[in-house]
Amino acid sequence: MIEQIPILIVVIPLLSSFLCPLIGLWRKEGCYFWAVFSLSLHCLASVNTLVTVIESGTINYYVGNWSPPWGIEVVVDHLSAYTVVIVSFMSLFAAIYAKRTVEQELPGKIVHFYTVFLLLVTGLSGIVVTGDVFNLYVFLEISALACYALIAVGEDRAPVASFRYVVMGTIGACFYLLGVGYLYIVTGSLNMGDLSTLLPELYANRVVQTAFVFMLIGSGIKIALFPLHTWQPDAYTYAPSAVSVIISTAMAKTSIYALIRIIFSVFTLDFIIGFAPIFDIICWISAIAMIFGSIYAITQSNLKRMLAYSSIANVGYIMLGVGLSTSTTLGLTPVLMHILNHAVMKGCMFMVACAFIYKAGLRDIKDFVGLGRKMPYASFAFILAALAMIGMPPSVGFITKWYLILAALDAGKYIFVGVIFFSTLLMIVYFWRVIEIMYIRVEEGEGSEIRVDEMPMSMLTPALILAVLCFVIGIVWLSGAPSPILDAVNSGFGLGVLP
Amino acid sequence: MFDFIVDHYNYWTYIGLMIIGFYAMMTKRNLIKKIIGMNIFQSAIIFFFISSSVKKGVTVPILEHAHGHAAHGLEHVTHAVDAMQYANPLPHVLMLTAIVVMVATLGVALAVAIMIYRKYHTLEEDEIIMAIKRD
Repeated sequence: MIEQIPILIVVIPLLSSFLCPLIGLWRKEGCYFWAVFSLSLHCLASVNTLVTVIESGTINYYVGNWSPPWGIEVVVDHLSAYTVVIVSFMSLFAAIYAKRTVEQELPGKIVHFYTVFLLLVTGLSGIVVTGDVFNLYVFLEISALACYALIAVGEDRAPVASFRYVVMGTIGACFYLLGVGYLYIVTGSLNMGDLSTLLPELYANRVVQTAFVFMLIGSGIKIALFPLHTWQPDAYTYAPSAVSVIISTAMAKTSIYALIRIIFSVFTLDFIIGFAPIFDIICWISAIAMIFGSIYAITQSNLKRMLAYSSIANVGYIMLGVGLSTSTTLGLTPVLMHILNHAVMKGCMFMVACAFIYKAGLRDIKDFVGLGRKMPYASFAFILAALAMIGMPPSVGFITKWYLILAALDAGKYIFVGVIFFSTLLMIVYFWRVIEIMYIRVEEGEGSEIRVDEMPMSMLTPALILAVLCFVIGIVWLSGAPSPILDAVNSGFGLGVLP
Repeated sequence: MFDFIVDHYNYWTYIGLMIIGFYAMMTKRNLIKKIIGMNIFQSAIIFFFISSSVKKGVTVPILEHAHGHAAHGLEHVTHAVDAMQYANPLPHVLMLTAIVVMVATLGVALAVAIMIYRKYHTLEEDEIIMAIKRD
């Protein structure tokens, strides 16, 4: 049984997704507990996998006992184990948070919601553990289809946002599939490990180079990298609350994982360095994303939309780390850190932003006057996360920025240090505006009495846990405890040593 | 040059179809036309995969008498298989999965289009944008 755990990471949410409607026939409220229960199992499985990987190295699991490259292989190395733990915990928090918001926003669709939600988690976990490029495409599409459906049931303009995402997401997935086809035609293999041994002879081949560009653009659309981000703000803004939480945390991170997998595992460093200055291009695009995302965020009046643009800026931070990874001894360290850090911070912020909508129906930042006293715990969680985002030591945001600056200095690209500082200044502008309105501004004509109207426990608990984690994880990073994982990822990809 | 174009006509077809689909997705104002474009785009990729598996003068990849050979003293059947005689079945199998994905995408896209129609009573993108601005 214990050796089957890697595949259970995919099987648990898939099976529970199919069982969810049956439970819904019996009791509608049962679906919520079923989703939380199965996602807790999922968390256990992923933590167990992470521990096994740290103790005994990469796990290779052959689905149906067909050995690769013929069968589908599940490969869990340090990077996938680390990402799958983030995905499962973020999904669990989002599911716990979902209870009251779903009852309010989608009263007739509770059963459907949890079924599709679990399907989304299936796709996300599948992306992370698979070792097969075509299988990755299928899981990308499973998660994307579940996501289209979940966004479409949201409020206001949600169907239009969802339609835009369907078109963009399909283009992205199709480009990725084309890349897979090109690789298959020249190598005859779909297994990632097998491809990385077959490809070196073909690095000069134009088909392989085209495949790389197709796959890069395809996943660039999925992660909402700056010029390809157009679907993202609407989708994040109008999605139902719990969906905003999961797509801004787990979904964005798995797409970045897929991109890192393609760049470093399928095509290796030797190929990319010999092919084109891809990493320099990625650095510059991310620098633009960091600045423009922040400027757009400043101009927004809707809090969820502001957070969505802030996510675009943060994808820029992560991709800047990817771009710098080859020219510094830190390798992917800042990237891995920010994948977790951003998930924790943004998860907390979206939870609070959606709680404002749930409790008071407030979407626009200018209406937040007095919320600091009306919903003290929620506002406190938001402030903790906002401070972390700005980069107050020892929070997670500080750690990311610190390591990114170290990486940029190490690589000798001083301009990006300036970009990080500038984007931090812009972040202070847009988060301070929210905090100022919530706490300092006083509403005219209202007495000193403000009734405390806190969000319910099922929503408050995950938000507060994440807010506290913003600082706890920062201290854990500083203590150096997770460095075995980071070192293993870097050495696995041949990073961290300068040529 | 002429031979180059004629010899690779399958790839030219797929490129042409893909561009038609892409054009429809990007420029058409009607949502249903966008969905049709999306479908053409996806079909182009399926054609591309299938055409890559074609070989001339080959047969279906089914081993005849594979189990019977042992009785005739041929233990290692795999040594007797000549891959050149058989068409490659793998792209077909992959595309079977891709078609399922495609149908699912089509279904979701049409469902979303219905939701949009119920909300705005039109499927023209510019009219929808105008309706959104009016709110």
